[in-house]
Amino acid sequence: MRPTTEDELAGIIRAATGPLRITGGGTRGLLGEGEPLETGGLTGIVLYEPAALTLVVRAGTPLAEVEAALAAEGQRLPFEPGDMGALLGRNGASTIGGVVATNASGPRRVQAGACRDALIGVRFVDGRGTLIRNGGRVMKNVTGYDLVKLLAGSRGSLGVLTEVAFKLQPIPPASATLILPGLSPARAVAAMSAALGSPYDVTGAAHLPGIGTLIRLEGLAASVGYRVGRLLVALAPYGQAVVERDADAAAALWRQVRDAAPFHGRAGDVWRISVRPSDGPEVAARLGGEVVMDWGGGLIWALYPAGMDARAPLAGIAGHATRVRGGSRDVPALPPEPAAVAALTAGLRAQFDPRAIFASGR
Amino acid sequence: MQMPAPDARILGRKPAIVARLREVLPADAVIDDPVELRAYECDALSAYRCSPLAAILPRSTAEVAAALKICAAEGVKVVPRGSGTSLAGGAMPSQDSVVLGVARMNRVLEVDHADRIMKVEAGRTNLSVTGAIEQDGFFYAPDPSSQLACAIAGNIAMNSGGAHCLKYGVTTNNLLGVTLVTMAGEVLQIGGAHLDAPGLDLLGVICGSEGQLGVVTEATLRILARPEGARPVLIGFESSEVAGACVADIIRAGVLPVAIEFMDRPCIRATEAFAHPGYPDCEALLIIEVEGAPAEIDEQLALIRTIAGRHSPVEIRESRSEEESRRIWLGRKSAFGAMGQINDYMCLDGTIPVSALPQVLRRIGELSAQYGLEVANVFHAGDGNMHPLILYNANAPGQLDLCERLGAEILTLCVEVGGCLTGEHGVGIEKRDLMGVQFGAADLDAQMRVKDVFDPAWLLNPAKVFPLAASAARRGA
Ligand SMILES: Cc1cc2nc3c(=O)[nH]c(=O)nc-3n(C[C@H](O)[C@H](O)[C@H](O)COP(=O)(O)OP(=O)(O)OC[C@H]3O[C@@H](n4cnc5c(N)ncnc54)[C@H](O)[C@@H]3O)c2cc1C
Repeated sequence: MRPTTEDELAGIIRAATGPLRITGGGTRGLLGEGEPLETGGLTGIVLYEPAALTLVVRAGTPLAEVEAALAAEGQRLPFEPGDMGALLGRNGASTIGGVVATNASGPRRVQAGACRDALIGVRFVDGRGTLIRNGGRVMKNVTGYDLVKLLAGSRGSLGVLTEVAFKLQPIPPASATLILPGLSPARAVAAMSAALGSPYDVTGAAHLPGIGTLIRLEGLAASVGYRVGRLLVALAPYGQAVVERDADAAAALWRQVRDAAPFHGRAGDVWRISVRPSDGPEVAARLGGEVVMDWGGGLIWALYPAGMDARAPLAGIAGHATRVRGGSRDVPALPPEPAAVAALTAGLRAQFDPRAIFASGR
Repeated sequence: MQMPAPDARILGRKPAIVARLREVLPADAVIDDPVELRAYECDALSAYRCSPLAAILPRSTAEVAAALKICAAEGVKVVPRGSGTSLAGGAMPSQDSVVLGVARMNRVLEVDHADRIMKVEAGRTNLSVTGAIEQDGFFYAPDPSSQLACAIAGNIAMNSGGAHCLKYGVTTNNLLGVTLVTMAGEVLQIGGAHLDAPGLDLLGVICGSEGQLGVVTEATLRILARPEGARPVLIGFESSEVAGACVADIIRAGVLPVAIEFMDRPCIRATEAFAHPGYPDCEALLIIEVEGAPAEIDEQLALIRTIAGRHSPVEIRESRSEEESRRIWLGRKSAFGAMGQINDYMCLDGTIPVSALPQVLRRIGELSAQYGLEVANVFHAGDGNMHPLILYNANAPGQLDLCERLGAEILTLCVEVGGCLTGEHGVGIEKRDLMGVQFGAADLDAQMRVKDVFDPAWLLNPAKVFPLAASAARRGA
């Protein structure tokens, strides 16, 4: 089924007797049971005001199309969403609705916030077949409850997004990436913490096996030059950094971090683990295998033996671990929640999807 | 402004309820003396007042949980309170409610520079959060003008903004976790020192829920390294259209100032008379602040000056010293005080798409003339959050009502041009009855269904946010 209007979509949901499986580009691993419900008929930019840094777009619009339209005006989505297709071995085209449904956020999340932070409005049809609007198209809005945040990362379990609105960012004229080679995970996190805790407005801090520890600066040209100089001094205890000033080369490195490129096409499950940055090295040590660290050590992508539970060795470390690739009947992909939180979550799902027709995303 | 009739059964049980609360709280934490209760009868929306049944001031999460269990069992409504600076009546009690103030919970629990987080009890004031870390070169970014008084608890409940939110975001963008006590007295940990939720983003919906989903007792906050410096430039224009166009050009050029503030002529004149900041007498004025090392500031201000130069400004005044920066900000910071000198005023808080600025200012001018009440505009121009100040005389019969009607027309206008009723102050009781302008019945119902999950009996701050008619069935009214 491929509705082209919100009314049609609402009708399909109201008439549904069994589970529906919402699919955008099918690149983000939101699989499961049920009749496919494609969002690809709900496409197009509804409103783009570059001077107000705002974009309203229908949820089925391909991410690449959104990014191209923004780039034409020298702007971008602040949160640097990744492309999971290669990691998961899928070849669809990621949609903007899928980005929102998974709260997909890349390296710039440490400075510019996550997808949920840039998202300023949603329209969605819930499991009752009701169209619901929340937020809007302005950057500051505290009118009523923030269901916008609730929908970001809801993995299609509350309803089908039909339209999403973002605040945008101008693409800065200059950028530079410092690369510190050869650090252990613990030293890498210490270096990244020093950079992120400096006044130099770091927009990315990651550790890429075989390449090094990366620190990104963006802004006006003279300002980037100044901050590179200061950081070289501040990070001297961690070795002599190489400065990558070529924009394309640097962008390629950050894409590798963003998309967990070292694990593409390799055997094993892939886990995505969010912890406080100083716990990053301990996570890496306990998991034993290969890791990519982003968000200054707060986000760990780990390659782990197929079917094994990566949560077990991490017991006692606060945070959460999600399996993004691979499968196992015994180990759930999504982290279990404490009973009281799970009860609230279940309560919300029951309110928005009382017939559990979107249960496959859970 | 209408409030539901108090529950006579609860009023009658006051002695029993107070006695039960005294069983779980220290003697000085339960207030039932009518004179002492006056301190809790209103917040900064002081036109509306009502004394509560009692006020409680717990010192720990465990005490909050114990007290809420009793209130839930008794069926007593609870109004959470931070410092009572809400401009929307969010913390105003009803006669049959218990005010739960978290002001005594104000400790810093943890500071971690390496992980760039800090954990505090929710009653701590906004400014003293930064105060606890500034010696180490860090700060907590959201900085409402009320920051000396307002509490993190109220900031979270209202999702408050501040002068620097253009660059750093509002409360929700700087909040990583909370300890939340539900109306049933259950203690939940939502989020923490790590980023982003594993499942549904409950933290995102708790922030901005105006004390209706649970009582926040602790918060984990993102902290940032203080930039090396900051400096403003002041630019005067012949018309607000031109000022608006200049803002648009600056944003398009890729400079990201930390603040872009706008003042119109009535506001400029009033502040000039009050604080003598030496502002040019012009139609519209922008104060734009940028951050960084001296050379970085020069680079950004040079670009801003070039852009502004294309809009025939009547004056460009770039600060070259601390003293000049202080003078440039002086007028803006004393704007509310200046208005208060002339008159009583009501401060609105709608947001509009920045492109609609000239149209909205023109229409506000017409409405002001039609109602015979002067309106001065102060405005966070970078993000479209307006603060029209309607001047009126509270002692003249009918003026408050007239002022509220004009306010409602202006906020309706904000929604009509694609904006919203409130950008940072919250709905409370003040904008409750206008919610239908922005939301349809299904939109409001979806929000109320969230409250149904967290607080099924609708005991937490129930008569706020939603139009009374829309929430009546749920409140059991
Ligand atoms: C002079 C002045 C300037 C201001 N400037 C700004 C500004 O620049 N930006 C801005 O955004 N706001 C501003 N405000 C509004 C106000 O200061 C903010 O809304 C502030 O966050 C309220 O904090 P508070 O602690 O005083 O909360 P209160 O007024 O005590 O309560 C506000 C709301 O929070 C709820 N609440 C309080 N504590 C809790 C808790 N522990 N758990 C759950 N809910 C709770 C209450 O029920 C109420 O609904 C200003 C107010 C004044 C008077």
